[in-house]
Amino acid sequence: MPIQTPFHPRTSEHNKNLSWKDWGGYFAANSYDVVNDFEYYAFRHSAGLVDITPLFKYKVTGKDASLFLSRLIVKDISKLKLNQATYCCWCDDRGMVIDDGTVMRFGEHEYFVTAADPSYSWFSRFVKKLDVQIEDITDSICALALQGPTSREILKLMCDADLDNLKFFWTTRAKGDGFEFKISRTGYTGDLGYELWIKNEDALKLFDAVWNAGKNFNIRMSGIAALDIARIEAGLVMNGVDYHSSLHALIPEQMSTPYELGLGWTVNLDREPFMGQRALRAEKKNGSRWATVGLDINWPDLEELYNKHGLPPRTAAGAWRQSIPVYHPQHTTKQIGYATSGTWSPILKKNIALATIEIAYAEPGTEVNFEVMVMHHRKTVRAIVGKPQFYNPERKRSILKNKR
Amino acid sequence: MSKKYDAIIIGGGHNGLINAAYLAKAGKSVLVLEKRHVLGGAAVSEEIYPGFTFSVASYVVSLFRPHIIRELNLAEHGYSIIPMDASFQPLPDGDIGLCRWGDASRSRREIARFSKKDSEVYGEFSKIMTHMAKLAKQVIDHPAPDVASINPKELAALLRMGKVFKNLGPELLQMNTKLLTMSSADFLDLWFESEVLKGPMSVSGIIGTFLGVRSPGTAYVLLHHYMGELDGAFRSWGFSKGGTGGVSMACANAARSFGAEIRTNVDVSCVKIKNGKATGVVLANGDEIESKIVVSNLDPNRTYLKMIGENNLSPEVTSEIKRFKLRGSSGKVNFALSGVPNFCRKREGLEFMKGDIAIVPNVDYVEKAYDQAKYGEFSERPYINIVVPSLTDPTLAPPGKHVMSCFVQYAPFNIKEGAENWPKLADKFGDAVQNTIKEYVPDIDSLVEHRQVVTPWDLQERFGLTEGNIFQGELTLEQLLFQRPISGYAKYKTPIDNLWMSGSGTHPGGGIMGSGGELSAKSILNEKAI
Ligand SMILES: Cc1cc2nc3c(=O)[nH]c(=O)nc-3n(C[C@H](O)[C@H](O)[C@H](O)COP(=O)(O)OP(=O)(O)OC[C@H]3O[C@@H](n4cnc5c(N)ncnc54)[C@H](O)[C@@H]3O)c2cc1C
Repeated sequence: MPIQTPFHPRTSEHNKNLSWKDWGGYFAANSYDVVNDFEYYAFRHSAGLVDITPLFKYKVTGKDASLFLSRLIVKDISKLKLNQATYCCWCDDRGMVIDDGTVMRFGEHEYFVTAADPSYSWFSRFVKKLDVQIEDITDSICALALQGPTSREILKLMCDADLDNLKFFWTTRAKGDGFEFKISRTGYTGDLGYELWIKNEDALKLFDAVWNAGKNFNIRMSGIAALDIARIEAGLVMNGVDYHSSLHALIPEQMSTPYELGLGWTVNLDREPFMGQRALRAEKKNGSRWATVGLDINWPDLEELYNKHGLPPRTAAGAWRQSIPVYHPQHTTKQIGYATSGTWSPILKKNIALATIEIAYAEPGTEVNFEVMVMHHRKTVRAIVGKPQFYNPERKRSILKNKR
Repeated sequence: MSKKYDAIIIGGGHNGLINAAYLAKAGKSVLVLEKRHVLGGAAVSEEIYPGFTFSVASYVVSLFRPHIIRELNLAEHGYSIIPMDASFQPLPDGDIGLCRWGDASRSRREIARFSKKDSEVYGEFSKIMTHMAKLAKQVIDHPAPDVASINPKELAALLRMGKVFKNLGPELLQMNTKLLTMSSADFLDLWFESEVLKGPMSVSGIIGTFLGVRSPGTAYVLLHHYMGELDGAFRSWGFSKGGTGGVSMACANAARSFGAEIRTNVDVSCVKIKNGKATGVVLANGDEIESKIVVSNLDPNRTYLKMIGENNLSPEVTSEIKRFKLRGSSGKVNFALSGVPNFCRKREGLEFMKGDIAIVPNVDYVEKAYDQAKYGEFSERPYINIVVPSLTDPTLAPPGKHVMSCFVQYAPFNIKEGAENWPKLADKFGDAVQNTIKEYVPDIDSLVEHRQVVTPWDLQERFGLTEGNIFQGELTLEQLLFQRPISGYAKYKTPIDNLWMSGSGTHPGGGIMGSGGELSAKSILNEKAI
């Protein structure tokens, strides 16, 4: 049975839908209402509040912490400045991705790492003689994500941090009324947003302060279902859905490299040795097997298929996570890849998906065929290959310098 | 009495019944003869005390082959398994113990109390073992290929087996080699650091063997236990409704539905052999029944030395069969209880007790238990695998009361007082088990209404398991595959024409699997032996 996060007394009050999911062994609200569109729209139009406590969280300290993380992670973590955060992934020695997450530098010798999977044992294996301590703080630190255009204004009302100057992927300490916490300008929605980290004891103080401050800004509780729509629009891949950790995969076909996941930009190849470097160098030279792409699925094609049955077109409610075949541009029986998750994008009014396809078909603009089920019949519609990132509003990164 | 059958099956264990069902389904006239008054052999339910039904010997099911359920319509004939969710390991000194659940995150939290690293590696380990077991499954679902043969069919079978291993890839192949050669404790050391967690995991490697967790080769037996599948889901164990005899009853009902005849209370004294050919059986009362073939569901020792007899065997075969290792090492103690035996009052509810409960606080504990056994004593503090199936299946005991089954290792058949003196030691053995349990359930004595002690001697005398070996022969590497029971006769055949075998003494081995019965029947039909 999953356990409750420290925010549970509040989230359960809001969860009229009684719809809970198991996320990393915690109860996480799937959606707070039967109709969950509004939870999604909060991310794009006001602010959605998500309990993200179940993320696995580690504190890495010690004189060799920078060296240690830089050896394990494909990005050169030693370059991270004080209070800076970065998104990254880590691989095994075959260059196969184990997990992705965020690293924040809270001190000269102190880092904070979040991960989707339990990672303590993996990291610990490589400490050896280094001066590094890894502490699993998953169960002692909790977190809320406040995401959406009004999130900055809400936080400004409830704490002392200088949010106008806090840049995308930077962090700051903050004080509220009787509690201290940390803010990182990070998130999983591809929008303006923040993640708030606090010790368990003060969970409810933080929650109440944010909630009260948000009342005039149309704050809403948002569940995992809404988050899924937003993260697909933002092109953010998910461990266990769009790819599988090489620690859990049984055959090479189930594993992915950073390049294959579209995370090549997180790899700093030319530097001191790091885990997977040799394999990644070879891949860079010889090419990848697959690419992760975004698919813009042709809507008129779908409309027409439904039309033949005298029906209006329909799509799944919310995001989906099953594997759907993607076929060759000309030969609709030759499979060249598969979509791993997708959604009707409420903001773009497009039917979109994240897909893994053979490298030869990954060029943006390539037209492929995508399988759909129309009135119990398997058909295909056209889809255009593009970057996975479908939605990237300017406010995500913008700084408000001359306000106030 | 003068009807001539196509096949007579000696022994109504579940494998014999399955064998009969397959042969009858193919239109053959079949007669099953069982010595006891009940069917099922080691998979048997008996109401030993009024109102209390015991799974007297075997007590949980997982290895049973799903395709047999489909092919024999066993569900229609009453086959029903209730899955178990938890695996609990109580610990001394008031600790809340370690419980492993179907819920992975919950298990992770429990294991993290002992080792954070182990808690995370646990999932990786299960994944790999399941993967290995899935491949091993392809090996157990076919008769073992004959390595010495150049017959194209045998070569094809060998090739298929080779392919299975080739497909493993280098990493898993290496793992496989380790599995085949290492001890279960050493193998687990490659992954885990907590002696507490390794305790219950390592014992899977010694069940039914006269080996310790540090004896080489036991890692493979570990894998054997990961091969379980219930309803297609790997590695889950379950209770047969009404006790493990329920499985045998379903097999018997299926056999009868296809027209097989089954008689109980019939003791077969030997196979009738004329010119090196089996022609029927001779009963203990002197009656004879004729048949075209005979199938022995008895262990290899009994089949060769009693049913065939040394007179009809070459000296080489005789000495080889005498080397086949039986060396029973375990016993059972079954309790009828007036209430719930609570193994941890600090835990909420009883869910943690609805699976198995393993008394094995750490690895050393089992090794120490083995030390005593090596020198002919039963362990004073044995490894005990306990289930309280009445918590899940209320038909087994009167309302509010419970049955508790304890599988106990080590209880060596060859005790230093001499095996035939086991009956005199039975009570002492029962006391050792009850006293061990008392360390976790202080009020156990006041709960006990009845106690049935099944010693290795009883397993031999009552269940016909020579030397009390629970698998009709040790499941050690040298006695598996094309060497089970002896090389040259690993394909359910014997040196006597028309005499076949079907029990767990044949490939793929022990446990309630049904494979011996099934594969033997299919071989008989394939060869058009009848
Ligand atoms: C104590 C114990 C615990 C076990 N626990 C488990 C468990 O939890 N899970 C699991 O999967 N497996 C377990 N096993 C193993 C499993 O029960 C056996 O491997 C399986 O039941 C063997 O079935 P079988 O049909 O091959 O042979 P048996 O069940 O041995 O059948 C042989 C039959 O032949 C009969 N017979 C013997 N001599 C004669 C004769 N002269 N004439 C006529 N009939 C005769 C016997 O009475 C018996 O019915 C356990 C075994 C024991 C003993």
